[in-house]
Amino acid sequence: MPSTHDWINDPVGVVEGMFAASQSNPSSGWEARAVEFFKDRLKEKDAHTLVPSLNDIPMHYLKPNSLVKFRCFIQDMFDPEFYMGVYETVDPATQAKTLRCGKYKDVTECGVDFNSKNTVTAERQTFYCVPIPGENPWVKERYANSSQARVVPSTSYVPSRQKRSYEEDDDMDTQPQKQREAHAGPQSPTEHHGNGDCKRQETEAPSSQMTSASHLDLNFPLPGEKGPSCLVKVYEDWDSFKLNDMLEVYGILSVSPALSALADEKDASSNLLDPTESMETAEEQRVHCPPASLVPRLHMLYAKQLQHNNPLLPSAATSEDNSAFLASTLSEMPSVREELLAYLTHVLLGDALAAEYLILHLISNVYVRRDVLPLGKFTLNMSGCPTVASYTERLYQIIQQLVPSSHYLGMSLQNMNQIRLVPKKDYVANRLVSGALQLAKNTSLYLDETQLEQGQLDTTGVRNVTALGNLISWQKVDYDFNYHQMEFPCNINVLIASEGRSLLPSDCQIHLQTQVAPSHLEEYLSTMHMLSQASSQLNKFRIYLSVARLLDYSISDEVTKSVEDDFVDMRKDDPQSISAEDLHRMLVVARLLSLSQGQTSLSRDSWLRAKHIEALRRSRMEQHKCVNGNEP
Amino acid sequence: MSSPASTPGGRKRGRNTNPPTPSSEDPTSPPSQRRRGQDSSTGDLMPMPTSPATDILSPAAPQDTSLLSSPRPSGMTCLMPPNEVDMSSPLMYGTPSSRIEGTPRSGVRGTPARQRPDLGSVRKAPQVDLHSDADGAVASESNAGQRLVIWGTDVNVGTCKEKFQRFLQRFVDPTSTEDENAGLDLNEPLYMQKLEEVQFLLRNINVSPLVPQISSFDAELYRQLTCYPQEVIPTFDMAVNELFFERFPDSFLEYQIQVRPYNAVKTKSMRSLNPEDIDQLITISGMVIRTSQLIPEMQEAFFQCQVCAYSTRVEVDRGRIAEPAVCRHCNTTHSLALIHNRSVFSDKQMIKIQESPEDMPAGQTPHTTIVYAHNDLVDKVQPGDRVNITGIYRAVPMRVNPRQSNVKSVYKTHIDAIHFRKTDEKRLHGLDEEAEQKLFTEDRVQTLKELAAKPDVYERLSSALAPSIYEHEDIKKGILLQLFGGTRKDFSQTGRGNFRAEVNILLCGDPGTSKSQLLQYVYNLVPRGQYTSGKGSSAVGLTAYVMKDPETRQLVLQTGALVLSDNGICCIDEFDKMSDNTRSVLHEVMEQQTLSIAKAGIICQLNARTAVLAAANPVESQWNPKKTTIENIQLPHTLLSRFDLIFLMLDPQDEAYDRRLAHHLVSLYYQTEEQMEEEFLDMAVLKDYIAYARTYINPRLSEEASQALIEAYVDMRKIGSGRGMVSAYPRQLESLIRLAEAHAKVRFSEKVETIDVEEAKRLHREALKQSATDPRTGFVDISILTTGMSATARKRKEEVTQALKKLIQAKGKTPAMKYQQLLDDLRGQSETAITKELFDEALRALADEDYLTVTGKTVRLLA
Repeated sequence: MPSTHDWINDPVGVVEGMFAASQSNPSSGWEARAVEFFKDRLKEKDAHTLVPSLNDIPMHYLKPNSLVKFRCFIQDMFDPEFYMGVYETVDPATQAKTLRCGKYKDVTECGVDFNSKNTVTAERQTFYCVPIPGENPWVKERYANSSQARVVPSTSYVPSRQKRSYEEDDDMDTQPQKQREAHAGPQSPTEHHGNGDCKRQETEAPSSQMTSASHLDLNFPLPGEKGPSCLVKVYEDWDSFKLNDMLEVYGILSVSPALSALADEKDASSNLLDPTESMETAEEQRVHCPPASLVPRLHMLYAKQLQHNNPLLPSAATSEDNSAFLASTLSEMPSVREELLAYLTHVLLGDALAAEYLILHLISNVYVRRDVLPLGKFTLNMSGCPTVASYTERLYQIIQQLVPSSHYLGMSLQNMNQIRLVPKKDYVANRLVSGALQLAKNTSLYLDETQLEQGQLDTTGVRNVTALGNLISWQKVDYDFNYHQMEFPCNINVLIASEGRSLLPSDCQIHLQTQVAPSHLEEYLSTMHMLSQASSQLNKFRIYLSVARLLDYSISDEVTKSVEDDFVDMRKDDPQSISAEDLHRMLVVARLLSLSQGQTSLSRDSWLRAKHIEALRRSRMEQHKCVNGNEP
Repeated sequence: MSSPASTPGGRKRGRNTNPPTPSSEDPTSPPSQRRRGQDSSTGDLMPMPTSPATDILSPAAPQDTSLLSSPRPSGMTCLMPPNEVDMSSPLMYGTPSSRIEGTPRSGVRGTPARQRPDLGSVRKAPQVDLHSDADGAVASESNAGQRLVIWGTDVNVGTCKEKFQRFLQRFVDPTSTEDENAGLDLNEPLYMQKLEEVQFLLRNINVSPLVPQISSFDAELYRQLTCYPQEVIPTFDMAVNELFFERFPDSFLEYQIQVRPYNAVKTKSMRSLNPEDIDQLITISGMVIRTSQLIPEMQEAFFQCQVCAYSTRVEVDRGRIAEPAVCRHCNTTHSLALIHNRSVFSDKQMIKIQESPEDMPAGQTPHTTIVYAHNDLVDKVQPGDRVNITGIYRAVPMRVNPRQSNVKSVYKTHIDAIHFRKTDEKRLHGLDEEAEQKLFTEDRVQTLKELAAKPDVYERLSSALAPSIYEHEDIKKGILLQLFGGTRKDFSQTGRGNFRAEVNILLCGDPGTSKSQLLQYVYNLVPRGQYTSGKGSSAVGLTAYVMKDPETRQLVLQTGALVLSDNGICCIDEFDKMSDNTRSVLHEVMEQQTLSIAKAGIICQLNARTAVLAAANPVESQWNPKKTTIENIQLPHTLLSRFDLIFLMLDPQDEAYDRRLAHHLVSLYYQTEEQMEEEFLDMAVLKDYIAYARTYINPRLSEEASQALIEAYVDMRKIGSGRGMVSAYPRQLESLIRLAEAHAKVRFSEKVETIDVEEAKRLHREALKQSATDPRTGFVDISILTTGMSATARKRKEEVTQALKKLIQAKGKTPAMKYQQLLDDLRGQSETAITKELFDEALRALADEDYLTVTGKTVRLLA
């Protein structure tokens, strides 16, 4: 059996070993066993933290053909490809034939015998993955800190190395020396803890390297995103993955320079005679075969679908771990809720009701769809936001601190007319050009409508507003495939900050009643921000919000009955007072209210409380009817 | 650049150790498995790193004849064709069509064979022992001793050819529904008639057999065709040409007939293509997203010696031309120059197709595949077309770098097209094209039929529709009938054109009664549905607009929602918020089912046979029960009368209903997915059921049903005639017929029977009761919908006007009166309440008579 670090540093060796061993016994199913092997290794306690992550370690510090992990988001799916699963090579000198395994590799060895009847063609799928869009800095930092992976020991760090090209690095023949160095590092776990600081220094320095690659459009959904994107090759079960899934991929990193060579070799003569190549436009080439040094290939061994990307929660490797964790936090939830409520009340200028609704919004989640109807969504329209002192932006910064991923979209006229919200298929390059609404589940989308001014929306603007409306009402985005549209369900928490009632639909509108005089606002805000630095409290909030979303929920028969009675009674008194839609909303509020208190089933009290806060909210709406210019 | 790796001969037979596979080879073993090992040796998959492996596309023609004729010793390159002299004629250069190969062929008499680059390098593959094949046409299966096969396959050319000829001569398809077979006698051998047509027209219509026909005729032949298309199709070509020239020895064709089989049953979805399908005949459906420009591909280079004018031809070998260094005639070195004009090129085009949206699993992006079209098939399809492509699936290794010896271990895949079939082309003929697209498995049909046999299928289906929406049974039933639609009838002979078969429905009612949800559901259910909102859509977005293509700078017609939903349902939300301009477009669509466009020099009429499902909110945001439908939604009655069914979705406001609603909603929130599924029919089943019924069921009116319809109509007319009103118009009768037909479709019945008429009547009455009830009298009054005003309202207006006139006359000679005073007086006099509006209308009527004028608050008499 390979030693602990072999499977991280040389997974290809492990796979090949298994392949070789299986040759005597063809029906051994070595492929399944190889995947099992890596899964088992990763199950070991903390083993996954030993694997270096593409997210926080710059690529040139990662060894080619080593095991790496990547926390990512499936942005596009390319066409499946056929590759040589098994092939035979002929040694030119001895004429000896050897069977080789082509799995988890991009490039074959020298001297492939194409006439061999032992060649096995297999199929694999390519996903284009980018880092999770809108992932907040605290999440990234936290993940990076929890990683114990030691990639390049700082002791062996020689500045000149940075200047060496990848081509040289990849040349396997010159590799042994470096491999030894790499081995030396992680052997003693005590040592590398001490080196932690050095490592971070290193990893921060070359960030400029990433930006220099900007001539290549990496197709991130949100503007200004950074990080590596990756072509993930999937060998099995690719139908189980969906676009916009969050994944943690464990796979073999491949940055073979031969891949980039393909793009460069474009001499005219070969083009003329080689129709297969001239068929692909230059754009398509660029997208599907970008230089491996910029977009590495990752051959997936194992992938975990992420339910959340909150580093403070256990990553759900083992279910018993998880339930223990849930049980421990469940008891604390009411108290944390109180603290959070107080904090948010403070942030929302003393409006406790709005704070309550904000909590409900932050833990909302589309938990099921009944034919076309998404249940559990809770889009909040916070109207009456002060427009002074860029309050709405401050509010976003607070939310950014609380949720793992979020995005701020200023709804200025210019933005709405220019930004691409809806992903669009580019048939020339054969890829899905991303848009700002291509987001992972449970991302908080913060729409700042206070930025909107009078003016005219052009075609793009109208389309964008329609797209936002569809997103809010149906939790789906219609991706533009030019000849037709395709609808992708999503699960995005939309919060709209506006002065009056928003022009977009929403599930619930709350008018902010500030307890702070506008003249003191500036002063108030400057003190407010200080509070968020208390990190341990913040972490509690972060855990609380993520956990509340993961809880199960049920309604008992008795409560069902009493809810029905309530509804009938309310209708009896005044049929206009409550419609089916109101009941829908009240059921969602009741659900979220229970979950926010850590209760997994609806109690009579929670129902009454839901009714109470709804009544409060509605009465507040009545007062502001005059502000409301839009049709219901 | 390295030279070709080996001599052609050596390449042809990679492993000579392998003798021609005898027929003993197990024909049932998966052929792809077998073939993969030999891929490279047959040449089509030659993965030489040094060459781009394009020989699959190199010419097939000169040698594919070698199948029959005695093999040429020179093998690959034909240096001196017999009739080289002809080639020097200036008229004969250039296109492949001018090639007179003149290979002697039995019965073919010099009719040029066209190259078939789509089939690839046939010339290399078949190495049959041809001794037995001289009289292949008569070789019978019993001739087992001589059964030799094409190397690597189990195909015996002689047998195969004979079988195919037998197929052509004998195949009769009395049940054929193909419209292209129109005019042919269905009881005569189909393809022989087609050959006669070829003879008659003296032009090459492709004789394209449907693969399933071959399958039903000879299963073995079919298996060979799908597994070894590359070898079998040329054999078919030979067979058909021999047959043709045997029958019509004197005819002259420009080219030989080419066989293009289509509709292989092998694969239907692009997603299910896998390595097993390589080199097999497959059919996939998809949408064309991009076509390349025409690529002239050199098949044969023509070299001429600059010194002695000696010419030679060199065939393209794996994408390369080996330029002869020495002139064979005068021995001068490097004196040969390429003459482009006399080289042979073939047309080629790259086409990208993408999975049709219907075939896709949710949450994934569509796959694309590259298709190469050759010769005839070039420019046959345009981006946006939906096509069924029959072709051979290929995989070619990718070259990394000519200087590097390691290869990227990935194959490039594409399809060499043999046949295109546009699926929307048939829409022009007015046929339901879904017949081709949606094929149901036996099992599925069985389950659907079982479902249809249940007595309560109608109720079941209607409750399966949008289960999350509570109650509104009749509305769901109406929508269900809309989904099925009536039978399409063609009266163009008698001058009335097409009758509308689609049922149009309007939902109106209070906001928040889940109208939009219903629309969304329907939109998701039907394959060709469109969803627009009246607020956001302009007339242009609904119909079609002309725009300049940024790339080609040409004007192109972009179709809008109504055209896109041809044969589907167009869901229009917020119908009332649509501008008048936009709405006027709907007039034509909703009755004539066409769309006329005249803009930017483009004048055309597009089909828009779409059913419209619209939702409208009342003007006052709440439905006013005291007003008529027209008054509530403020839509022109001309448009309203085009809706077959108009439903009101109102809050019923009664306790029992509230309780059921509450229960329904709460259960929505706590029941698990499984529980819900048990209660209702699966959406997929519903989809298939509808698709099946729409495709295969075309009910016709039975005698009793016709009688019942007539009675129903007469009854409807009678209701009104008693009170001097018209209560039904022929449009209503048409609606009834459509609804009855749709209901028959729900039952999978080919006949419209009385029960269908009964249900149609009931539903129609329900809808009328809701929408055309005169709020003043409580009677159903169709004139509300047809003229915008109920008959009683008109009568009432008349009465008030008369009363007012009398009142004024009674007042004597007062030239001016106060408005308010007059109203109060009238109110005091009349026993029924007179609203201000009514009073205003009466005043206006009198003003029209020139009896008085109203200026501000005073009323002046004119007389």
